[in-house]
Amino acid sequence: MALDDTKRDFKVIGQRVVRPDGIDKVTGKAQYGADLILPGMLWGAVVRSPHAHAKILKIDASEALKLDGVEAVVTRADFVEQKGDNFADNLDNIMAGKKALYDGHAVAAVAATSQRLANKAAKLVKVEYEILPHVTEVDEAMKADAPVLHEGRKYTGAPAGSGPNVTHYQDYGHGDLDAGFAKADMVIERSFKSEGVHQGYIEPHACVANYNTDGRGETWVCTQGPFMIRDFTAAFNGFNISQVRVTPSEIGGGFGGKAHIFIEPVAAALSKKTGRPVKMAMTRSEVLRATGPTISGHIDVKIGMKKDGTITAGYLGMRAQGGAYPSGTVDMATQAAFAAYDLENVKSEGWNVVTNRPKEAAYRAPGAPLGVWGVESVLDELCQELNLDPMEVRIKNAAKKGTKSSYGPTFDDMGLLTALEAAKAHPHWNAPLDGPNKGRGLSCGFWFNFGGATSVSLQINSDGTASVTEGNPDIGGSRASISMMAAETLGLPFEKVRTIVADTNSIGFNQETNGSRVTFAVGLATIKAAEAAIKVMCGRAAKIWGIDEEAVDWVDGAAVPSGPNAGDFPPMTLAEIAKVAVQTGGPIAGHHEVTADGAGVSFGVHIADVEVDPETGKTTVLRYTAFQDAGKAIHPDYVEGQMQGGAVQGIGWALNEEYIYGADGRLQNDGFLDYRIPVASDLPMIDAVILEIPNPGHPYGVRGVGETGIVPPLAAIGNAVSRATGVRMTKLPMSPPTVLKAIS
Amino acid sequence: MSKLHVTTTINGDSREFLCEPEDTLLDALRNTLGLTGAKEGCATGDCGACSVTVNGRLVCSCLMLAAEAEGQEIDTIEGMADHDKLHPLQKHFLEGAALQCGICTPGFLVAAKALLDKNPDPTETEIRYHLAGNLCRCTGYDKIIRAVQNAAAEMRGA
Repeated sequence: MALDDTKRDFKVIGQRVVRPDGIDKVTGKAQYGADLILPGMLWGAVVRSPHAHAKILKIDASEALKLDGVEAVVTRADFVEQKGDNFADNLDNIMAGKKALYDGHAVAAVAATSQRLANKAAKLVKVEYEILPHVTEVDEAMKADAPVLHEGRKYTGAPAGSGPNVTHYQDYGHGDLDAGFAKADMVIERSFKSEGVHQGYIEPHACVANYNTDGRGETWVCTQGPFMIRDFTAAFNGFNISQVRVTPSEIGGGFGGKAHIFIEPVAAALSKKTGRPVKMAMTRSEVLRATGPTISGHIDVKIGMKKDGTITAGYLGMRAQGGAYPSGTVDMATQAAFAAYDLENVKSEGWNVVTNRPKEAAYRAPGAPLGVWGVESVLDELCQELNLDPMEVRIKNAAKKGTKSSYGPTFDDMGLLTALEAAKAHPHWNAPLDGPNKGRGLSCGFWFNFGGATSVSLQINSDGTASVTEGNPDIGGSRASISMMAAETLGLPFEKVRTIVADTNSIGFNQETNGSRVTFAVGLATIKAAEAAIKVMCGRAAKIWGIDEEAVDWVDGAAVPSGPNAGDFPPMTLAEIAKVAVQTGGPIAGHHEVTADGAGVSFGVHIADVEVDPETGKTTVLRYTAFQDAGKAIHPDYVEGQMQGGAVQGIGWALNEEYIYGADGRLQNDGFLDYRIPVASDLPMIDAVILEIPNPGHPYGVRGVGETGIVPPLAAIGNAVSRATGVRMTKLPMSPPTVLKAIS
Repeated sequence: MSKLHVTTTINGDSREFLCEPEDTLLDALRNTLGLTGAKEGCATGDCGACSVTVNGRLVCSCLMLAAEAEGQEIDTIEGMADHDKLHPLQKHFLEGAALQCGICTPGFLVAAKALLDKNPDPTETEIRYHLAGNLCRCTGYDKIIRAVQNAAAEMRGA
């Protein structure tokens, strides 16, 4: 659905309205995953492997079941075995079969009359293990003699020398690298290393399942994908999809991590077995040990540059681990790495290897921050060595409309140059940064943006208002933006539209809330649904006026004759048409189902000022500014919020956060005390500058804005720290011990 | 062991409840009293999502035993608005878009109110350090800090 160039004078869009779900959230009324209690409800707990890699020889639950109030135990034997890698791997991840593949891997679950009793019973379930050698480090796991997680899963196209844990390889690019490097005045090669980081949503996974022995039932759950939960729950339990109804609760953050299945089919199995509702909620330790961190690994970058700043060639190779099951997320790291630049000669390639760590899960622009970190770091070093302005070099090489991207597609309208020019002109870039141990860093960032399968329905109410029903959980204010787009299209004020996120029986299929797709794709479907309702309303007005339907237009929330020849009638408002709808042909509604494409790429530019304490290695962020192309900011507050939140997650990734595994293969820092996400006192204000280069693929020009913000901070902070210390930083996180070691 | 009987005041109302000796105040609020505004994000006192005040003092309700509420005055997010009138902090969180997913919001509001009750004119640094025990993963804190500043200004009549 193309950009409507005539529709740039907005009445509702662009306003900073109060979000409709806000009062519930500031008064404590909003109901999240763990907030529901049903009559007769049981509480579940999961038995988890303490070993990184072990054969499961025997599970004996008899002692647990003897406890008064313990109602059921489930193991892998209670689930339907799956065909196909996606379903089979997900089943194995949520309930181990023959082997436990990481510390925290679920091996059984119990249901009891209280949480405390369920926890006690879980400890009484005796699991006999045969401990196997484990591997948690990328390069160890790639070796030919490494402990093998899955026999027979080695990627057949893997380069020579790859071990049996290498499950994926892919390369991208064009041109002639050798010729490109030969033209360079300087070539820099660097190797980088990142550690695993977690999405860190504050709400642990939680659900209430209420199923009957006939396979009919309901799940209440905090998730980014209620339809995904429905389909896996049905498959793993042998239910018919039509009999499974999933209702998304309010969701306490996800960032990709709740676009995956974990405890939900287990709760359903326990409920089916007991005939009672079962609540399951993870502890923070379970969240960190058993749900998805992002991929991590080694990144090798080589870039050639001329003295005038022209990039002649670029190479990036990433060896990534994605936890215990095969993953292709490294592709997004390698595709995104050079996306910001118009390059003649470019190649990126990535390997995925399985390790004895939790299965990786999507995390905000999955993979992209790592690839971009490597490229932007080497680019910055080249600027330092060649004494070039890092802003001018980026502007000189920036991709633009018509550029053949490093990963294949040719770009359409996009906002990278606009963002760079805005950054160059911004007071932050031009402010002096005086004093020792300070540095300013710059980085571009990119995310593809997704569309995807989407369904929306919209009804016109008898009082002249509209109700929108959609199926994508609202994590950051999307009900407000969807209502705004419906109101804009219908010609109603914002207050006369209400949007709800419905259960899986009340709306057509929707892909998960991910890929920055909701405001774009659900918005697009909402506009189409509203236009369908408008067509009906124009028909009703035509009928009342006794003229042709084609002779009626919709202007400012009312039907009007399309011209003097159509007839002389005063405008008939939406409310007037709605009031008599039942008499003029029946209820008025519109709906739209689509697999949306044309999401429109997203670029951002970040500037960071830091100060590094040479005695402790601690980095303080002094000032931070983010620039991003939003296409059209439907609700600017929440666009800024995405940019600020993404930036701060990236700052945490850059400076503090890391998964630390012991020699025993167990996660050492499974709580918020030791897995330290940024707190308010760590940060300055985050200035957000919204730029609007309309996306040609959306009627109002919308681009997704959720993900790009986490991409630039790793390099923006890294480049700032490198300039402050005079030492190039190549390891994440740049925690005080790491920086101290690098500078001493 | 039989349950303990606790008499307490919650949001100005006298309340009685039964609890196990090892139940936390958060367990009692959420599972016994139906006050689910306080959230469990970690159960180790690191995230602040379960923040309440006890006799005006800010505590993580996951770190306090339910039985310790005997004779105390507990205030939770559910008591912050005066019936249909929002507290200025609630109003400014809404108007300033200081929440995204909203799971941390009750804890931030309770913690911010505890600050402003003692210090009506905090600096940005004082606000940031006072709220350092409350984790937010969505906002980057920018709009939260600004909302607290704006609410403080309104409450001072500035």
